[in-house]
Amino acid sequence: MAEKIRVLLAKPGLDGHDRGIKVIAAAFRDAGMEVIYTGLRQTPQMIVDAAIQEDVDAIGISILSGAHMTLFPAILDELKAKNSLDILLFGGGIIPDDDKATLEKMGVAKIFTPGAPTEEAIKFLRGAIEGRRTQEK
Amino acid sequence: MYSKKLQSDLSDRKKKWNAVAEKNRKSRSMPRFFTVSGVDIDELYTPDSIKGAFDDNHYFDKIGLPGEYTFTRGVHHTMYRTRLWTMRQFACMGTPKQTNERFKYILAQGGTGLSTAFDLPTLMGYDSDHPRSLGEVGKCCVAVDTLADMEIIYGDIDLSKVSTSMTINSPASILLAMYLAVAEKQGVPFDQVRGTLQNDILKEYIAQKEFIFPPRPSIRLVTDMMKYCARHVPQYNTISISGYHIREAGATAVQELAFTLADGFCYIESAIAAGMDVDEFTPRLSYFFNAHSDFFEEIAKYRAARRIFARHMRDKYKAKDQKSWLLRFHTQTAGCSLTAQQPENNITRTAIQALSAVLGGTQSLHTNSMDETLALPSERAALIALRTQQVIAYETGVANTIDPLAGSYFVEALTDKMEAEAEAYFAEIERRGGVLQCIEEGFFQRELARSAYRHQQELERKERIIVGVNEFVLEDEKVQIPILKIDRQVEKDQLAFLQLVKARRDNGAVQASLAHLGEVARGNGNTFEAIYDCAKCYATVGEMCDVLRTSWGEWVESASAMAAS
Repeated sequence: MAEKIRVLLAKPGLDGHDRGIKVIAAAFRDAGMEVIYTGLRQTPQMIVDAAIQEDVDAIGISILSGAHMTLFPAILDELKAKNSLDILLFGGGIIPDDDKATLEKMGVAKIFTPGAPTEEAIKFLRGAIEGRRTQEK
Repeated sequence: MYSKKLQSDLSDRKKKWNAVAEKNRKSRSMPRFFTVSGVDIDELYTPDSIKGAFDDNHYFDKIGLPGEYTFTRGVHHTMYRTRLWTMRQFACMGTPKQTNERFKYILAQGGTGLSTAFDLPTLMGYDSDHPRSLGEVGKCCVAVDTLADMEIIYGDIDLSKVSTSMTINSPASILLAMYLAVAEKQGVPFDQVRGTLQNDILKEYIAQKEFIFPPRPSIRLVTDMMKYCARHVPQYNTISISGYHIREAGATAVQELAFTLADGFCYIESAIAAGMDVDEFTPRLSYFFNAHSDFFEEIAKYRAARRIFARHMRDKYKAKDQKSWLLRFHTQTAGCSLTAQQPENNITRTAIQALSAVLGGTQSLHTNSMDETLALPSERAALIALRTQQVIAYETGVANTIDPLAGSYFVEALTDKMEAEAEAYFAEIERRGGVLQCIEEGFFQRELARSAYRHQQELERKERIIVGVNEFVLEDEKVQIPILKIDRQVEKDQLAFLQLVKARRDNGAVQASLAHLGEVARGNGNTFEAIYDCAKCYATVGEMCDVLRTSWGEWVESASAMAAS
């Protein structure tokens, strides 16, 4: 059997709306993943340090405040600086289409927007992580 | 209320009726008949669905007349026939200067109420130049660092003539102090200052999560301010106890009802414990509820809320002034029910939700704009939202009579059921050591996460249909919503202005007032008075919050509060 997917979930920035990320955490857990939710107001540095320490396959973040164009790139920079771009970064929130395209071009693996079913996120993550693991072999 | 003869006749007739109905039940249009909150609903409600309906005293014990105890039917004797609900649209206006211009426009159009919303750094007690504020300054409404910003926001506006609501919680005392400092400079006596502060920190721990300090010192901030206002700013509504955010975070209707009222009772008990008389402050408390899509469940919720509050105030807290028994409330339609897909459908959702709030007897109402899932509302969408309220008020006839759904077997039975379920939650909260203990242990937070996850699972299994999302989907829909983008320049301008204010103020006086605030915070004095002194000499929101952070620590959620379900 394949090794369990390990994913770190966090809320960066000052926004405290955590309904979505908790639903995602429960759905990932029920889909058999190992979920580490580090909570609210995590700085990019805190998120990346925790991801490295917990040896996760992916980082998922949720932003509803409009600060996504500052925070996603900051996390990518932090991953780059710590030589950890093998960790997949994805996220969700209130993110307009053109920002979503820009972020995905920048290196965010996937952005989910309002109304996306949890099943879609689960499928995406499984596909992406298994793809990466096969490459490594 | 009904005759005993009806009771026995009904029992016979229902048996015969059921025999026929049973044959039809083989085919059903939906797999399950249940509310948005997951409550199963009976096929039919009759007088015997209402507990005690055949007792002589039932009507006056449980329902009564509007403006009279139990207040189930409304808080006023005449309700909308003498005064419609207030159509209060919350809005974000940009920079302090733009906000001021918008306020002056509203006043020129005959408006008398102003609503102020703040950006996230202000809500979290960080100055615009704090590293954590990067990218958030002026994004979700106006940034306030010092009294100088408030002087711009309310410049040339006579504060004795307007009522201002401010949506702020953790640093609420600081923003009110700044507002009062503007009034003082204008020469407006404090007893003429009117408005409402959200100032509901308990629901921040439970739902919205914009907390700074731990719960117990936060409650002290609130009671210190209530004390000050009861004495000096008597027309000011000090707390708007909010279920809205609790519902948005995933609560069911009953959880919204129960947790909000429990929060209200917690503030009341804290103020009593701080030596205040219950009738001195309770009339200045108001409530803020959500209007979700399940029409009858929402109406029952508002009716139950009034009845529960009146009974507890009269019997448990021994309030003597009838004004202390009244649960007055503002309503906002449910943001979480809006969909990014086929956004025009949100107009329909909002209209039905708003109608439930009106039939439930709300005192004021905000209707959401159809485009709010993706952006701050466009002018056109905001206008449709206001027009929706006006159609309800002037075209539908629902405001012609008071509490028109009273006596509906279904609505009365549902009102009773929600009341009983809320009471069961009150008992559980008490068993767990009270509201603060429940927050510290994450009880509310877990309840909400569980409800939110169950709701999502019901959607994904299609037990619950959301039009345009999991059924009636338009393939390849391109959502065309103009997005309001906040210019990066706003952040730069705000930073430059803050530097200027810091350079010009009397920094000796600032340091002295901040040191005094620290002493008061660590001791027993009234924090509000100390905050007022800091505000007056242009200490920043961040500086004041830092003093309080140092004195009281910062709140971090426990692992059990963060649990996914």
